[in-house]
Amino acid sequence: MIYEVFRQERKGQAFAHAGSVEAANDEFAEAYAREQYGRRGESAALWVVPRDAVHEIEDFADELQKNYHRVDGYPLKEKLGKARERAGTT
Amino acid sequence: MDQREQEFLEYVQSGGQVETDDWMPDEYRAKLIKFIEMHGNSELMGVLPEREWILRAPTLQRKLALTAKVQDEVGHSQLIYRVVEDLGKPREQCLDDLISGKSKFHNVFHYPTKTWGDVGVIAWLVDAAAIISQKALLKCSYAPYARIMKKICWEESFHILHGRDVILTMMLGTDEQRGLVQEALNRWWGPLMQFHGNPIAKEDDPMYVWRIKSQGNEEARQQFLDGYVPQIWELGLTVPDPKLRKRDDGVWAYTEPDWAELKHVVTGHGPKTAERLELRRTTREENAWVRQALLAPAA
Amino acid sequence: MNAQALLELADDELILGWRNSEWTGIAPLLEEDVAFSSIAQNEIGHARALYELAARELGTTADELAFDRSPDEYRCSKLVQLRLVPDWARTIARHCLYERADQARIEALKGSDDPELAGLAAKIDREEAYHRMHAEMWRDRLENEPRFVAAIEELEPLSDVRDEQIPEFADLWDEMTMVRRSVAGATW
Repeated sequence: MIYEVFRQERKGQAFAHAGSVEAANDEFAEAYAREQYGRRGESAALWVVPRDAVHEIEDFADELQKNYHRVDGYPLKEKLGKARERAGTT
Repeated sequence: MDQREQEFLEYVQSGGQVETDDWMPDEYRAKLIKFIEMHGNSELMGVLPEREWILRAPTLQRKLALTAKVQDEVGHSQLIYRVVEDLGKPREQCLDDLISGKSKFHNVFHYPTKTWGDVGVIAWLVDAAAIISQKALLKCSYAPYARIMKKICWEESFHILHGRDVILTMMLGTDEQRGLVQEALNRWWGPLMQFHGNPIAKEDDPMYVWRIKSQGNEEARQQFLDGYVPQIWELGLTVPDPKLRKRDDGVWAYTEPDWAELKHVVTGHGPKTAERLELRRTTREENAWVRQALLAPAA
Repeated sequence: MNAQALLELADDELILGWRNSEWTGIAPLLEEDVAFSSIAQNEIGHARALYELAARELGTTADELAFDRSPDEYRCSKLVQLRLVPDWARTIARHCLYERADQARIEALKGSDDPELAGLAAKIDREEAYHRMHAEMWRDRLENEPRFVAAIEELEPLSDVRDEQIPEFADLWDEMTMVRRSVAGATW
C-alpha cells in the first residue's frame, strides 16, 4: 500500500506534502515515514495517510467572471480621487 | 509531432510544470522514466562500493557519518523509484531491469574502492559532481521529481561536508595518509571527468529539449571544474591531467576524456559491474520471502 | 556501576550495531533499509556514550575502547557476535530477543545511584522504545513463519552466553580495525 506523507517543518507552519512510502500497514507506514522524513530532526510533525484516503480536486468552474471575488472587482482609485477633491483634502 | 504534443513542448520549454496525472506525450513519459530510473539505479548501486567501508571506518564518528551517508543514498533510491512507479513502471520491474543489465547506472559506481582515501574522494568529489547535476534538476519540468530533488540536494550537502572532513584530516596527517588521498584522486579523476557525459549540445539532447534536464553536459562539467579544482590544488594535491588549466576566457581546458571507456562501462562492462549486480541479485532473491510475508494479510 | 560492567553493555551495543549496519544497502526492502540503518546507528551511538563514561574512569577515549583492545578483551555476548546477513529471519529474531533482554538491563540502570549513568540510561531508553516498537512490528508479521520460529529457538539460549568468542568475531575485529591499524598513531 502507498501512504502519502505530509510534513510540518516547524511548529505553527502548514503541513506540506513530502512524498510517499510503500508499507504493509499503518504501523509499518509510520515507522518508515518517521525514518525517511524525520531521522535528521527535520520535521516537527508528520501526517501519514493511505493514498486512497486523499481525494484530489483540480477542476474549478468560473464561467461568468466573478469579479467580486477578485481585487479588480473593486476599482477604488478613481472614486477616492474624486472624494478627496470634494472634501477639499487633495 | 501533433498539435497537442507541440503545445506541451512549448509549455515545458516556457517553464511549465507537469504533475503525475496530467496528460503527457508518450515520448516525454518514456524519456522521463528512463532518466529518472537511471538516477534511482545509480543511488542504489552507489551504495555498494561505500558500504564495505562502513565496516572498516576507523573512528566511531566516521562510522556513524558514513552509515548515515549510505542510508541517505538508499533513501534517495526509495524516493526516486516511487516517482518512477507513479509514472507507470513498478519498482520490482525497475529492479529486474537493473539486475539483468537492461537499464543503466552512472559510470562512477562501476569502479572499485581500494582504500580509505577512496572514501574521502568519493564523498568529496563524486558527490560534488552529482550535486551539480542534481541542483540543475530542481528545475525539472516534471514536478514530482523536482520536488524530491530538494530533499536529495539537502542531504547531499552533508555528504560533501563529511567527504571534505575526511580528506582534510588525512591531508593534515602522516605522509602515508596524504599518499592515500593522492593515489585515490589519481584513480578517480578519469571517471569524474566522464561523469557528466559527452559534450552533446543541449539543443540536441532530448532530455534538455523536454526540460527534464535544465543544463547541458559541458556546462555541468565546467561548473564542477570551476568549483573543485581550486579546492584540490589548495591542498597541495595534483590533478593527473597536465593539460588542465583555466583559460583567459574562464573556460577550463583539459585532456579529452575517454568517451569509449565511458560507453564501455555504462553498457555493463565496468571492472565491478558484474560482481555488484550479482550481489543485488542474490540479496534480492534471498529475501523475496520477506516481501511475500509483508504482502500477506496479517495473521 | 564500574567501568568493566559498563563495557559489557557498551560492547554489546557496539557489536550489535556493527552487525546491524551490515544490512545497510542490502535490506529486503528500501524503506526497511533506511529504518534498520537508523537502529544500527543508534546502537553505535549508545556504545559511544557508554564508552565515554567508562573512558573517563579508565583514563582513555571512547575510540580507543571501541577499537584498540585485543579481541579477547571484548565483553559482548555470543548472540551479538554472530554474522547473520543475509538471513532476515535470524536478524529479526536476534533483534527481538536482544531488545527484550536489553529493556530489563536499561531499566535497572535508570535506577542507578550515579546520576550521570541514570540520565544516560533514560536517554538510551527513549531511543530504544522505537527499536522495541520496530521489533514487535516485525514479530507480529513473522510469528507464524517457520524460519522465524526456528531462529528464535536457535538464538534464545545465546543471549546469556558471555566470555565466549566465536571465530566470526575475530574476522569482525580484523575488518573493524584494519584501516585504523594501517597507519600507526594516525588521526582519521
